[in-house]
Amino acid sequence: MKKSPLFNLFFFLLILIIVIPMLFPFLWMFMSSFKSQIDIISWPPQFVFKPIIGNYQKVFGEQNFLLYLKNSSVVGFSAVFLSLIIGLPASYSIARFGQKKLLMLILVARLMPGISFLMPWYIVFSRIRLMDSYTALILSHMLITLPVVVWIMSAYFETIPLEMEASAMVDGATRQRAFFSIILPLSMPGVVTSTTLSFIFSWNNFMFSQVLSMEKTRTLPIAVYNFMSYAEVDWGGVMAAAVAIVTPAIILTMIFQKYVVKGLTVGAVKG
Amino acid sequence: MVGNSGFIERNLKYLFPLPALAFVILLMIFPVCYTLLVGFTDWNLTSGRPMRFVGLQSYRLVVRDPRFIAAIGRTCAFTLGVVIGEAVLGTIIALILNREFRGKGLLKFFLLLPLVVTPVAIGIVFNLFYDPTIGFLNFVLHAFGLPQSGWVTESATVLPSLMLVDIWQWTPMIALIVLAGLSGLSSEPFESAMVDGANGVQTFFHVTLPMIMPTVLTAIVLRAVDALKTYDIIYAMTKGGPGYSSETLNILAYKLSFEYFNLGRSSSVLVFLFLIVLLFSIGVMQLRKRFEV
Repeated sequence: MKKSPLFNLFFFLLILIIVIPMLFPFLWMFMSSFKSQIDIISWPPQFVFKPIIGNYQKVFGEQNFLLYLKNSSVVGFSAVFLSLIIGLPASYSIARFGQKKLLMLILVARLMPGISFLMPWYIVFSRIRLMDSYTALILSHMLITLPVVVWIMSAYFETIPLEMEASAMVDGATRQRAFFSIILPLSMPGVVTSTTLSFIFSWNNFMFSQVLSMEKTRTLPIAVYNFMSYAEVDWGGVMAAAVAIVTPAIILTMIFQKYVVKGLTVGAVKG
Repeated sequence: MVGNSGFIERNLKYLFPLPALAFVILLMIFPVCYTLLVGFTDWNLTSGRPMRFVGLQSYRLVVRDPRFIAAIGRTCAFTLGVVIGEAVLGTIIALILNREFRGKGLLKFFLLLPLVVTPVAIGIVFNLFYDPTIGFLNFVLHAFGLPQSGWVTESATVLPSLMLVDIWQWTPMIALIVLAGLSGLSSEPFESAMVDGANGVQTFFHVTLPMIMPTVLTAIVLRAVDALKTYDIIYAMTKGGPGYSSETLNILAYKLSFEYFNLGRSSSVLVFLFLIVLLFSIGVMQLRKRFEV
C-alpha cells in the first residue's frame, strides 16, 4: 500500500496521542523534582521555573536514603541470584522431563494474593526473631523472583534442541555436566531476561517489605511512601525520591530492552 | 566418584527440581495451608487469647459484613473496568503500531516504561496530578471550562481515578503482547480476504480479530489475575479511602491482618479473593479454548 503525505501526518498524530499521555507523568515527576515547594503549589501549574537541586540534596543528605538504596540492592540481587541457583535446574528439568505439574505449582505463587503468605511469615519470622532481617526479606522476595525465573527459563530451555546435550552425552559427559557446560552457556539470553525482570519486580515490591522490614532493612518503595505520609507533603522531596527509585529500573530496561519485551510477553504468544 | 555422578544422572529429574520444590513447599504451600487453617479460628493478636477453632464462624461473620460485600463489588468493578479498558486500548495501540516506521524501537521502549517503574512512585505522581487544588488535571478541566473534580479525595470519583492509573500503567503490556501476536500471523488469510474484495473493516472483524483473540484473551487473564490483587497503587494513593470507598479485598485483608490483627477474619477474606482469582482465570481460559479450534 502506498502512503500519501496525508497518511503519514495522520499516523504521526496518532503516535503523538499514544506517546504524550504515556510520557507526561515521567516528565512531570522529573520537572517537579527540580521545583521549589512554592513553584509546585502555585496555580496554574508551572512549566517554566527556576530549577533547584535542593530536593535531591535533602533526599540523599538528611534521610537514610543511601541505606535504603543499599537494602533494596542487597535484597534484589540476593533474591535473584538464589532464585537462579534453584530455579535454573528446576526449569531444565521441567522443560526436558515435561514436569507440567511442578511448573503449575511454582506458578501458583503468581496467582495467590501475597498476603496469604505474608501473614504466616509475619508470625513465624517474629517468633524466630527474623523480623527486620535481610534473611526474611530475601526469602520473601524469592517468592516473586523464582516464578519469573522458572516461567521464562522453562520456556527457553524448550527452544534448545535436545541434540545439544545428546551429542555431549555421546562423548561421555554426564547429563548434569552437559547442562552446566553446554546448555547453560547457550541459554544466556534467557538468563539475562529472567534476571532483569525478576530484579525489577523485586526492586518495585512494596507489600512484603512494608510488613517484614523496619528501620534497619527498609527498602526504597517504603522509604518513598513514607515521604508522603507527613502532615504536609514535601512534593519536591517526594518527586526527587520517586526519580531516584525509578531511574535504575529505567536504565536496566534501556540496556536490556529486547529481553524485557520477551520476558513480559513470553507464554502469552504461542511461538 | 563415577558411581556418584551416575546416581545423580539417573535421578536428575528428581534432584534438579528438588531445591526449588522444597523452597515452594516451605515458603508457599505451608503458609497457605496455615492461612486456610487460621480461617477456621477466631485468632486475634490484639485480644491476647489463644486461638480457638470456631468452624465456619469467621466466614459467617465475613459474608454478613457490609464492608466485605462492598469490597467484593469494588474489586470486581475495578478489575472489569481496567481489564476491558486495557484490552481495548492495548489492542488498538498494537494495531496502529503493527507496521514498520522510523522510531518504532524508541516507541516500544516508551511502552515499557510504565511497566517497569515502581507502582508506589507512580501512585505518588498521580496523587500530585489529582490534587484538587494544585493538581494538573483540575487545571486542564479548568482550562476547558469544565467543573473540577475531587478525584481521589471524593468517594464518588476515587475508584474511577484509581482505575485510570492502572489503565495508564498496564495498557502497554496488552499492546506489547498483542503486537507480538500480530507479528507472528501469516499473511495468507489477509491476502485471500483482499482477493475476495473485503474492505478494511470486514477484514478486521472477520480475519484479524479472530486470529488475535486467543492472544488478547491470554493477556486478559494475565492482567486480571494481577488486577484482582491490585495493592500498591491503591494503598499508596488512598489506603482504601476516603472512608472505605476504595477498599478492595486485598486492601481489606491487609488491614484485617496488619492493622486490626484479626487473623481469622483476614484469612476468610483471602480465601474468597483467591476463589475469585481462580474462577476468573478458569472462565477466561474456557473462553479462550473456543477460539482455538
